Amino acid sequence: MDEAIPALNIAVLVKHVPDTQFDRHLSGGHNTTDRSESILSELDEYALEAALQLVEAQGGDGHRVMAVTMGPPAAVNAVKKALQIGAHEGIHLCDDALAGSDASGTSRALAAVVRQLGPVDLVLTGMASTDGETSLVPAQLAELLELPQVTFASTLELTHDDGARQLIARRESDNVAETVRSTVPAVVSVTDQINEPRYPNFKGIMAAKKKPIATLSLADVGLDASEVGFSGAWTRVEQAQQRPARSQGVIITDEGDAGRQLVDFLADQKLL
Amino acid sequence: MAHVLVYIDTPGEHLHKTDRELLTLAGMLGEPVVALLGDLTDGVSAELGAHGAGVLYQPAVDGLGELLVAGKAAFLAAAAEEAAADAVLLGNTFEAKEIAARVGIRLSAGVITDAIAVGKDFSVTKSVFAGSYTVNASVTTGRPIITVKANSVEIATPQSGSIPEVRRVDVAVPGAAARITERSERAASGRPSLDEARIVVAGGRGVDGDFGPIEDLADALGGAVGASRAATDAGWIDHSAQIGQTGKTVSPQLYVSAGISGAIQQKAGMQTAKVIVAVNKDPDAPVFDIADFGIVGDLTTVLPQATAEINKRRS
Repeated sequence: MDEAIPALNIAVLVKHVPDTQFDRHLSGGHNTTDRSESILSELDEYALEAALQLVEAQGGDGHRVMAVTMGPPAAVNAVKKALQIGAHEGIHLCDDALAGSDASGTSRALAAVVRQLGPVDLVLTGMASTDGETSLVPAQLAELLELPQVTFASTLELTHDDGARQLIARRESDNVAETVRSTVPAVVSVTDQINEPRYPNFKGIMAAKKKPIATLSLADVGLDASEVGFSGAWTRVEQAQQRPARSQGVIITDEGDAGRQLVDFLADQKLL
Repeated sequence: MAHVLVYIDTPGEHLHKTDRELLTLAGMLGEPVVALLGDLTDGVSAELGAHGAGVLYQPAVDGLGELLVAGKAAFLAAAAEEAAADAVLLGNTFEAKEIAARVGIRLSAGVITDAIAVGKDFSVTKSVFAGSYTVNASVTTGRPIITVKANSVEIATPQSGSIPEVRRVDVAVPGAAARITERSERAASGRPSLDEARIVVAGGRGVDGDFGPIEDLADALGGAVGASRAATDAGWIDHSAQIGQTGKTVSPQLYVSAGISGAIQQKAGMQTAKVIVAVNKDPDAPVFDIADFGIVGDLTTVLPQATAEINKRRS
């Protein structure tokens, strides 16, 4: 490995989200997400794995993979899980005033944290959170940080060209496959096609206990409470109604004519 | 009257169905104006006029589309200001949502995605948590930027309108952007896209490598083909067909689930479909809990029989 190649600093944004295996709820007067049964967002594990693989591919020492989250005290659990899997250090923006942040407030808060981290080569995220499901934050971070965005990457490669790093990614959308090139630093989001995330092993779980987690307040990152949370949200949920659960309809067992019965059903529903 | 700006990317020779839905919605909310990134053909110009668009904004510089999202967002933000738009409507593709996201930051405006209805006051109805809640949300700061799901609006009959006036918008080309250096279009299947389809036929692990019966039924019904993650991970069909929490979310009139057990991640992608039909060998498959019509049986016999029956009734 070339000695001149500088160490890589990667911030991976991780989120503590309600487990999608269970029913999820909105609660309180502001219809915010109930986070009592929360875990590290599954989609963020692909971003963390991508960061670890990029660092491993560089060889050498001194690389930093930082797991960054924001939210109430319990949100640090997403960071802890990331440290067990292999991140080197954790950063937790923790402040009561963050409650009720919408996508833009979340983006402003995370951008402020990233600016505090010192030089960062990549800001890596999952393709979406599994709670808000909007995919707005990576693009908004790129806009706020004035960095290139490389989103929905299904492959990712870092190259060196005369000492400058360059990022090459592949993106697959509906009918188009694209190759994208970007300078570094950049904001990158990855799909669930990019890798197979590793699990924490016993050694990783023990090592994580010694890894540092910095807890930052809004003041530490230069934000005012009015810029985030309910007061800083640019959108508001006025009303929320739980949809009635779908009820089971007619279930038949095929006795040789189920295909024709299906067509009768579709005709009844005026779907033919 | 409110100016409602509709973003249209690259229509080609004709407007996409979703473009016409957005124009119809804009016409219901106020006066439609259009921000169009790609080339303007005579056909598209006439269609825009017929859907009530009087003014059309296009970028004064070329090449914005080669910059990943940043260029398109810079153009749309500039067009929204130039048009003094009261609201901005976009489609609900991943890219459209990202354009909306960046325009929101540029204009200090709230963004709401996944709208299924928009009121006169630009309040938005949408589903959250994979369709388990319906919420009403509003933008509190700036001009509302709203991405609208396909099939949310009944397209209005085109009127005899005049050709829209074209205005060029100056756009500062963003310096910090990734560049698209290669682009290959996949061969068109001739089927509607998953985003736009009224009918979706989806296959999972149970198709065991052969999507033929799924495709044949989709074609008989004029629908799109979808798949569960198990099927795309197995390489039986392209990843772009994936429906579920990590793939696409669809809400068609009819969703046929074949050989898919219906784990929660899959349900998340389709449970707002109007009618759900499930075919699965396993009577305990969770998909039967939410199916309007369920068949415990072998998809390789049930689907071809249904396809043949549809074709027979049509002939």
